[in-house]
Amino acid sequence: MSKQPVKKTYETTGHEWDGIEELNTPLPRWWLWTFYATIVWGVIYTIAYPAWPLVSSATQGILGKSAAGDTRLAVAAEIERYASANAEIEARLAAADLTTIADDTELNAFAANAGAAVFRTWCAQCHGSGAAGAVGYPNLLDNDWLWGGDIESIHTTIRHGIRNEEDLDSRYSEMPRFGADGLLEDQQIDEVVQYVLQLSGQEHDATLAAAGETVYLDNCAACHMEDGSGDIYQGAPNLADAIWLYGGDVAALTETVTYSRYGVMPPWQSRLSESDIAAVAVYVHQLGGGE
Amino acid sequence: MAILEKHKILETNATLLLGASFLVVTIGGIVEIAPLFYLENTIEKVEGVRPYSPLELTGRDIYIREGCYVCHSQMIRPMRDEVERYGHYSLAAESMYDHPFQWGSKRTGPDLARVGGRYSDEWHVDHLIDPQSVVPESVMPKYGFLMNREIDAEYIEDRLKTDAMVGVPYTSEMIEAAKADFAAQVDPFADTEGLLERYPKAQVRNFDGQPELTEMDALVAYLQILGTMVDFSTFQPDPAR
Repeated sequence: MSKQPVKKTYETTGHEWDGIEELNTPLPRWWLWTFYATIVWGVIYTIAYPAWPLVSSATQGILGKSAAGDTRLAVAAEIERYASANAEIEARLAAADLTTIADDTELNAFAANAGAAVFRTWCAQCHGSGAAGAVGYPNLLDNDWLWGGDIESIHTTIRHGIRNEEDLDSRYSEMPRFGADGLLEDQQIDEVVQYVLQLSGQEHDATLAAAGETVYLDNCAACHMEDGSGDIYQGAPNLADAIWLYGGDVAALTETVTYSRYGVMPPWQSRLSESDIAAVAVYVHQLGGGE
Repeated sequence: MAILEKHKILETNATLLLGASFLVVTIGGIVEIAPLFYLENTIEKVEGVRPYSPLELTGRDIYIREGCYVCHSQMIRPMRDEVERYGHYSLAAESMYDHPFQWGSKRTGPDLARVGGRYSDEWHVDHLIDPQSVVPESVMPKYGFLMNREIDAEYIEDRLKTDAMVGVPYTSEMIEAAKADFAAQVDPFADTEGLLERYPKAQVRNFDGQPELTEMDALVAYLQILGTMVDFSTFQPDPAR
């Protein structure tokens, strides 16, 4: 076997295993100079920006920048910019007479769009992103209203909420817990449930319903009215239609009569501005059920 | 430079190389991490932040156990869209008693840093039992079993002591009263004077509507306190921070 001449371009590291040597090839120049450049850049950066920790605070940097402080000022400035751009129309909206807002095309358009944004942020979790509601959370698309569907009523409900102790003007109704508190016997509850099924035009047991009519007239008609049409001034739902907040079958109605239902809504005046409340009232009013 | 030629000594002695590497990493660590523990401007002081009440802390443990943090962050970033949607951006001080913090970086669900007080207890219970019943487009799993899992305060004192060991200012009085506070927070008829003195703004009520004290009570109590401790109407941001 003839000996091949070893091509020695560079020095070796001196490591050698069974005739295999490790070359000490220098790093590529472009890589090395990039590396040196990053070191220089790093030094400049720590001088320009807040960096080195000292005794009680870090060096502030000769540019006087603070990463967090800058962001805070920027976000405050940006919020301020939008707030001031909208300030005029928001003031107009807050002071507007909502019953005639439809006549003011510009204000109405602003309110409906701003209201849609407010709705999706604050209302959609319960009432649904399409406002169709869920069990226990009213559908806002239909024309069945617990507390009234004209714009002033909607505005009041949003502003003060429902069943809040923190807002004295909140909507408040309290249906007795007829079963749990022993106001009605189980038999009477079964009867009145059948009568409510009859009122709402569903299949029912005629004998029980006939007995239930007396129970209804004695206990329920004061709020829900004799014909079951409800009363928006007391927040008593209409029982004669096919729209149910907690369900209209025997099981759901029995539970409602036995334990009652106390849904709540926050008083939004504690979280939203007057113009936001007006905007979302306009939005909800024009969803389809507004009166 | 002669010293640069000496790297051969390091490179050919594995133990020396290991020692030297460790030294470099140690210096880097000290310079980057240690100042955060003593620099005064790393956490700005704000009024109102307090340790979690025993029940809230239990709820927080359930939150972590169920992996809520995998989909929900608790960090409102200082950007206009986040501030307008979720509320004031989060401050470091608001999670200073969180071990570990729940900031997160991935949001499959919304940020929860200020979810407290935003929805009713009934909504939280409905939503945890069956998220799609109130938010049809949600992909959140169901957590109805929390309603059936009763909890007691057997280990709550140890739990508070553990947090106290890592710097949460639970006083000996708080630890002594932990069991009583735990039960009092879900009992609307309990004497809550001591509880409210130790944990201002703690909300006292039967959170899940059931007579039993369940994991649902604890989790909802935790969710309802999130982001509500600091009164931002009096907060003045310091731009230097």
